[in-house]
Amino acid sequence: MNRQIVKLFAFVVVLFAVLIGFTSWWAVFDAKSLKGKEANARPLLEQQQIKRGRILAADGTVLAKSVGKGRGAGRRYVRRYPQGSLYGHPIGYSFVRQGDSELEKFHNGELIGEESEFGSILDQLAGHNQEGEDIVTNIDPAAQQVAMSSLQEQGFGAVVAIQPSTGEVKALASNPPYDPNRIPYELSKLNRNTFETPLLDRATQGLYPPGSTFKVVTAAAGLDSGLITPETAFAAPSPLEVEAQPLQNDFNQSFPPISLDTALTNSVNTWFAQLGQKLGEGTLFEYMDRFGFNATPAIDLPSEQVYKSGVYDEGRLLGPGDPVDVARVAMGQERLAVTPLQMAEVAAAVANGGRLMKPQIWNRTIDPDGRVTGRLDPSEYSRPIDAQTAEELTTAMEGVVSEGTGTNAAIPGVRVAGKTGTAETPGNESCGGGEAENQAWFIGFAPAEDPKVAIAATVECTERFGNDAAAPIFRAVAETILNQEGS
Amino acid sequence: MSALKSPARNRELLALIPVALLLSAGFAAVFAQENARLGNLSLVYGAYFLAVCLATHVYLRLRLPDADPYLFPLVALLTAFGLVMVYRIDESLARDQANWFVLGLVLFALTIHFLRDYDVLERYRYTIAGAGLLLLLAPRLPGIGQQVNGAYLGVKLGPLAFQPAELSKICLVVFLASYLREHREVLIVGARRVLGVTLPPLKHLGPLLVVWGASMLMLVFIRDLGSSLMFFAAFLALLYVATGRFSFVVIGMALFLLGAWFFASTVPHVHDRVDVWLNPYSDPAGNGYQILQSIFAQADGGLFGKGFGQALIDFPGTHRALLPAAQTDTIYSLIVNELGLFGACAVILTYLLIAARGFKIALLADDGFSKLLATGLTAVFAIQAFVIVGGVTRVIPLTGVTLPFVSYGGSSIVANFVLLALLLLISDRARREAAL
Repeated sequence: MNRQIVKLFAFVVVLFAVLIGFTSWWAVFDAKSLKGKEANARPLLEQQQIKRGRILAADGTVLAKSVGKGRGAGRRYVRRYPQGSLYGHPIGYSFVRQGDSELEKFHNGELIGEESEFGSILDQLAGHNQEGEDIVTNIDPAAQQVAMSSLQEQGFGAVVAIQPSTGEVKALASNPPYDPNRIPYELSKLNRNTFETPLLDRATQGLYPPGSTFKVVTAAAGLDSGLITPETAFAAPSPLEVEAQPLQNDFNQSFPPISLDTALTNSVNTWFAQLGQKLGEGTLFEYMDRFGFNATPAIDLPSEQVYKSGVYDEGRLLGPGDPVDVARVAMGQERLAVTPLQMAEVAAAVANGGRLMKPQIWNRTIDPDGRVTGRLDPSEYSRPIDAQTAEELTTAMEGVVSEGTGTNAAIPGVRVAGKTGTAETPGNESCGGGEAENQAWFIGFAPAEDPKVAIAATVECTERFGNDAAAPIFRAVAETILNQEGS
Repeated sequence: MSALKSPARNRELLALIPVALLLSAGFAAVFAQENARLGNLSLVYGAYFLAVCLATHVYLRLRLPDADPYLFPLVALLTAFGLVMVYRIDESLARDQANWFVLGLVLFALTIHFLRDYDVLERYRYTIAGAGLLLLLAPRLPGIGQQVNGAYLGVKLGPLAFQPAELSKICLVVFLASYLREHREVLIVGARRVLGVTLPPLKHLGPLLVVWGASMLMLVFIRDLGSSLMFFAAFLALLYVATGRFSFVVIGMALFLLGAWFFASTVPHVHDRVDVWLNPYSDPAGNGYQILQSIFAQADGGLFGKGFGQALIDFPGTHRALLPAAQTDTIYSLIVNELGLFGACAVILTYLLIAARGFKIALLADDGFSKLLATGLTAVFAIQAFVIVGGVTRVIPLTGVTLPFVSYGGSSIVANFVLLALLLLISDRARREAAL
């Protein structure tokens, strides 16, 4: 019988080896796919057990924090947003069931204290619980507050304020706002709200016609490519026949030969249309690309929540090979659709001597022991224009504010450079009919000689023009930031 | 021979030292993790457990000085492991478990005391077989039977509840060992070849067919696929060892699968279990919940596990189970979750070492009954471990069998200590005779 007993033991060894094989499969080899199964609540529940780091404004104001509930193994954390709807954009939200968005999503790794496998084993041996890092942002609470309140006086829209030399985002507001604290209860309701779309971050996802603000890009292309100089002058008749359609200046005013300063100060449409025609599709698109158009802005937000700006045709971005009316693109019409963030980047690039810095909301990460573990290292996105072009353009943009279409942006005692825009959007369904169909814009920076802040402000579905609706927002936010700089 | 000079017992004592260390470390780890929730009695429990082990060791030194030195430390290791895991789940369950452990050791001692001459078991084999069958059917008797999750597994007599299948597996093995010892010759000699297949003689096959019938009955009456599988596999193992005819095993397996298939398609409870095994994702919140959560818990463990006390058993802040039956059926998944693949391998290896010692005893024993009894007891023990671990890892359908010595449950602990006592009795005699 002994032979059989040995064989039986061998069989038991095989059976147990099968058990180890299956256990290895579930615990190690197939673990990743199992963690992704919808029926598996564990990954979410475990995330809930991690104390997420806080998100702070530049001055230490708490924008997001985690509060503990329950004790022992049942302890879990829930996200709280003490500032309510003021920072719904761009901070976003993070909840176990509803998921996450915006800054919370982009910086999730740091916020949950994600570490290497080795580090986590060491921590486990030491009995440490995983704990997240705090993120200090560049957001200036005073500027954010002013951005939101002055925006709310004008209507729906967005404001983005960037420090040109570093790309630090000082304020980013989108109206209508939402309160992230309400997300667990109202997410589906907010998603159903297709008229106001409060969850849409208009600063990064609002695709609007830029109107005359785009003339800054056209002017930059003209100067930087050497096609024109600040002295180059040509006539700007109105109306001007372009692509078999007449183009008009404001009040149908015709201009004798004028140079860039006059053309920009008075926002002369037919002057820029001709410049666009001279530049041609290829050069204009090249300069758009240099300013960051046709690409996702390099801001620290999830790429699906940051839209590309450019010439759209039924959701598709058009390139230089596509049939485009370059004259109308040059003056900000055609099928151009841009985000406020993109226009802020245009202003910031001009302000920073032609160097476009990557816009960043975060400034530094701080671990639970108070050590700074990472710090924003300002980096250049591109150099769309050279320093001389930037200087010449700045002079022209100063004229807009001092004596042109953007006088409401003027700040006493400060040289301000900017450009207004008013895109007429007749029949725009999202405005709900009626007369209020303008998209009002202002982009600019101050002080012109040493820019501390570049801002894009836009108001949708308004009866008013850029100088009346958007320029005051620019001024309020710029003043707030410059006052803080001074103190 | 003087009890003090027993070399086997000295080795046993030495082997108990790592068990003691492991247990202390385990309790300390759980205690350190959850000291907010648990009283500081935990360390006292560890000392209490070790004292009981030491007393058992002294008893073995006196009564069975030559018995296998490794079996008891291995079992103590599993029990300690189980106690730590159950303690980690629920302090009060661990207290129960500790009491069952002591009661198990009392029965262990009584078995050794009264069955020193275990050959008497042979004389009462039909009585024992009858008792075993009666125990099996008891859960269906009106008044005392209990239904759990669609299976009739428990018996309740006043305050005392137990699962008779655990004890009846021993009865069945005793009967089979005795019966096959007597009839193995005729089963081999009388075999005929029919159509190229070696068939056992029908006359002597009768009682064996009764065993097959009994396990089929279990499927129908108590609807317990796990116990049924365990019993029948032990039966086939014994039949194979006794006769050396692999064809008998094949025929038996075919009969079992035929019966299982038939009942799986007619008995809803059995059908559901098989269905869920094949397609757990078809009903992830209902029938598939337990097996899926068991696998998800393992996926969370990885190579090294999350550490003692770190696994989620309930939804945080509620008493809704995330891992259902963590202290019984799915305790292995919890072990994988907290101690990882390495911890799980250690547990499986412990079972394998116990099986190895058990079969070694069978090899050493020189009379047929001892050989078959040791083989049967070891086989039924190993198969039980396979059935439940295989169940929670989706090797086979998940059934409600306990993980021997580890799962929470009195009947399981007590019955398995009786099983261990029998193995040690056989071992003591075999090793003494071998030494002469």
